[in-house]
Amino acid sequence: MSIKVMIPQPLQKLTNGSDVVDVTGSNIADLIIDLDAKFPGIRDRICDETGKIRRFINIYVNEEDIRFLSGDKTSIKDGDEISIIPAIAGGSK
Amino acid sequence: MSLNEDQIERYSRQILLPNIGGKGQEKLLNAKVLLLGIGGLGSPVAAYLAGAGVGTLGLVDSDKVELNNLHRQIIYCAEDIGKYKSEVASERLKKVNSDIKIIPHVIRLTSKNIMDVIKDFDIIVDGTDNFPTRYLVNDACVLSKKILVHGAFFRFEGQAMVIKTGEGPCYRCLFSEPPPPGAVPSCQEAGVLGALAGVIGLIQATETLKLILGLGEPLVGKLIIFNALEMNFRKVKVPRDKNCPICGEAPSINSLIDYELFCGLKRA
Repeated sequence: MSIKVMIPQPLQKLTNGSDVVDVTGSNIADLIIDLDAKFPGIRDRICDETGKIRRFINIYVNEEDIRFLSGDKTSIKDGDEISIIPAIAGGSK
Repeated sequence: MSLNEDQIERYSRQILLPNIGGKGQEKLLNAKVLLLGIGGLGSPVAAYLAGAGVGTLGLVDSDKVELNNLHRQIIYCAEDIGKYKSEVASERLKKVNSDIKIIPHVIRLTSKNIMDVIKDFDIIVDGTDNFPTRYLVNDACVLSKKILVHGAFFRFEGQAMVIKTGEGPCYRCLFSEPPPPGAVPSCQEAGVLGALAGVIGLIQATETLKLILGLGEPLVGKLIIFNALEMNFRKVKVPRDKNCPICGEAPSINSLIDYELFCGLKRA
C-alpha cells in the first residue's frame, strides 16, 4: 500500500528536491516514521523534541487538518493525499 | 452618491458585469482598504484595487525601493530606487486613477501604532514579509474585528486565506504561534519567482473585491495553496480552533505582542 505525501518547498532539501513522495503506514505517526527512514532528518523538522508536530506545521489528510481528526493517530489509507503545510514568509522584501 | 460620466466610462467594463452594476461600483468607491507592505504582494494588489476604483486606499511601508525589488514589485521603476515605496506607489496610483483617495504611510508597524493605523479601514490586506508582523497584523485584526486578507509565498509556492473574525478562523487557528528564529527560512534570501508573488497578490486583490461587492464565496475557513512548478491549486479546510490563543473560547492573548524579528535583525 502506498500513500502520496506532498512535501512543501522548505522541506524539499531533505527529499532530494521531490515534491511528492510515496510512503507506507496506517496512521500519521507511522507515516512520519517511514518518511524519516527514507529521508533522514525530516522528522526533526516536522516534530519537536517531545515528538509533537510543530505548531507552525500542519498535516492534512486530503482536505482535513489532523488536529481536528485524531492527531497523529489519524488513520490513512491507500489513495489518500497527505499534505504537509508549514507557515511561510520570506523573499518579498 | 451617483456616478458621473467619467466614472461610468472609466469603470464601464466592470459595471457591465452582472451583480456589479452602478450599485457595485458605488460600493467600491465607498470602500476603505489598507495595504500593509507594498512589495511583491502589495504592488499588484494596489494596482488592481486602484484601477477598480476602491475609493480609499491606505499604503503602509517603511522601506525604500531597491534594484532587487524590481523583478516582482511591478509598480516601481528604476528611477524610484532610494525613494520610499509608499510615497512612490501613491504617486503612481494617482496617475492611474485620480478618482480615488490614496493615503501613504512611511511607518514600521508595532504593537503601539497598529491599532491606530488600521482603525479607519474596513479591509486589511497583508502583504508583509515576516512572521512577527504577520502575527501582529492577525492579532490586531482579530481584536478590532477587521477583515484580513492574508497572502504569503516562498520560492515557488504561495498561500492565501481570508480572516473574518467571528465568522471563521484566524491565522492563529491555522498556525498558533510563529516559528522560532531559524526554524523556517524567512529573512534570508530564500528567493522567489516574481510572477508567483503576482499570482498570490491577485488572489488577495480578487478576494478583496469580492468582499466589498458581496459576491461569491470568500476564502473564509479555507487555505489555498498554489504550486507554480506543478501549476496547481489545492484548498484545505481551516476550522476555527476553540483553543486558539486569540479567538478561541478562553484566549490567552489579550494584547498585542512584538515578536523579535528573526535572523538577529533588530527593529529600526
